[in-house]
Amino acid sequence: MPLSPSHAERLRTLAGTQWRIAVALTATMIAIYFGFILLIAFAKPLMGHLIVPGLSVGILLGALVIVCSWTLTWVYVRWANTYYDAELDRLRK
Amino acid sequence: MPIAAQVATRIGEPNTVAMGFFFVFIATTLGITFWAARRTRTTEHFYAAGRSIGPRQNGIALAGDYMSAASFLGIAGLVSTTGFDGLIYSTGWLVGWPIVLFLIAEPLRNLGKYTFADVVALRLQQTPVRLAAAIGTLATVALYLIAQMVGAGSLIKLLFGIPYETAVIIVGVAMIAYVMFGGMLATTWVQIVKAVLLLSGAAILAFLVLLKFGLNPAALFGAAAAKYGDGVLAPGKLVSKPLDAISLGMALMFGTAGLPHILMRFYTVPDAAAARRSVFYATGLIGTFYLMTFILGFGAMVLVGPEVIKSVEPGGNMAAPLLAELLGGTPFLGFISAVAFATILAVVAGLTLSGAAALSHDLWVSVVRKQHASAAEQLAVARIATIGLGIVGVVLGISFKGQNVAFMVGLAFAIAASANFPALLMSIFWRRFTTAGAVSSMLVGTTLTLVLIYLSPTVQVDLLHHGSAWFPLKNPALVSMPVSFLTGIVMSLLRPNQAEATGFAEIERRVHMGVATGADPAA
Repeated sequence: MPLSPSHAERLRTLAGTQWRIAVALTATMIAIYFGFILLIAFAKPLMGHLIVPGLSVGILLGALVIVCSWTLTWVYVRWANTYYDAELDRLRK
Repeated sequence: MPIAAQVATRIGEPNTVAMGFFFVFIATTLGITFWAARRTRTTEHFYAAGRSIGPRQNGIALAGDYMSAASFLGIAGLVSTTGFDGLIYSTGWLVGWPIVLFLIAEPLRNLGKYTFADVVALRLQQTPVRLAAAIGTLATVALYLIAQMVGAGSLIKLLFGIPYETAVIIVGVAMIAYVMFGGMLATTWVQIVKAVLLLSGAAILAFLVLLKFGLNPAALFGAAAAKYGDGVLAPGKLVSKPLDAISLGMALMFGTAGLPHILMRFYTVPDAAAARRSVFYATGLIGTFYLMTFILGFGAMVLVGPEVIKSVEPGGNMAAPLLAELLGGTPFLGFISAVAFATILAVVAGLTLSGAAALSHDLWVSVVRKQHASAAEQLAVARIATIGLGIVGVVLGISFKGQNVAFMVGLAFAIAASANFPALLMSIFWRRFTTAGAVSSMLVGTTLTLVLIYLSPTVQVDLLHHGSAWFPLKNPALVSMPVSFLTGIVMSLLRPNQAEATGFAEIERRVHMGVATGADPAA
């Protein structure tokens, strides 16, 4: 099913938006995880510092890496479920 | 058993509760297989469960496919013996999932049919691309399978007290039965049953641990620090070389997005939106599971003790079962043992199915028969491939008995990250990607990973006991993945192909719009 020119234009815009969001979120995830690894490698005393008895910065950040993974997937799914899907539905008509 | 003399544990003895739970699991999953077999009549059923799996079910099944016994027993063991260092793995195994969501899941569902090679080959030359992709897939599957089989044999021997070879054969027969008769539908439900068992087993165990510490994780970590020093809450010697940690991190993060048995799951849902939602559920479940490994690991450290854990099994793999025995007695040990067995069985079933798809769909149907195989022939070849792979898995499992194969999972991830992921990504997003680029990238990715792992300290020092290794890193992904990308880019630019670039316009549209319902995605 070939798209009409205006449709093609709108799909290109939507594809551009989707690509920028996907790349930005991917870059954020890479930065968070490798940031964590680099802190482990080069800031061992900081990572071992106890915030409260029993809870070191390293353990807290490790848990936060997991929480950040959730948050980023939630952000993407939320955007895609609402805006992206609706826009695709309009283009399919 | 000499173990029982030193430590009061029934690990290593035949455990009737474990046997009981295990037989219930086998009976249930074979029942599912029987039900699924009557619904598996076409290749679309066999490879993709008729695209009938809902996003929530697929999310749970993805978690089931991904959480291996290595993560459950291995990470709990690592945390219990090294403390914080083990947690580095807990996070590493999750961070690939957002990448799968942002870059791979939806395009894969919209572009392909059964395998990731469908996507790479879509606008390129079928024969060379499918051949190279099948090599990458089979290398990943074989290494992963060996690690699981050897793990299965030793663990089951330890947990159930049955001989290694018997254990490997039981695993092999069950996985062939699931996949051959029930195809993807049975495999999916085996994953779901397993994931629910594993998550609830881990949750009950974590809850029992936390009950002893007023439901406060910090109190648990504090008790560990009080007993074994503040060092257990800080990075130790596991990450003495930063480049090693970064290389392993790259393999885990990008390898997840190139694992054939994970990628294949995105074809089981009705559309790209469902594929997206299923990653969301999977990330939630897998993240929860790895957070629980924090509790299980430190719980085993404080309550069981690293010395006891290592005396039962030097690798630390028995930390979670010992903890279960301590907190819930022999019946709970039996339950956790059965869960570990079910975990292995489900993972090998998923691996076998993806290997069978590479052999039959990519190699036989596309390369040998040039798309001229009848539906009945395709299904028959897929089933023969399943039996073949099952037998190969059992033979490899038995021949690698007693070898240290833990590194093979990391290696499988390195190949997935270096051979599968770059070609898949470039075929979806880069207009000027060509057949020459795809084939060279996949072949260089596979061979370079294998050569570098052979030259690495993992094989040279740990396995062959040489004084030093030619290649300094334990995991090669830091080198092999960029080289694979670079090869793909350079070869595509050196050998440009106008027709293949023109074909990209259709890809650009289909990545978002998908194919019209009812149309054949491979047409």
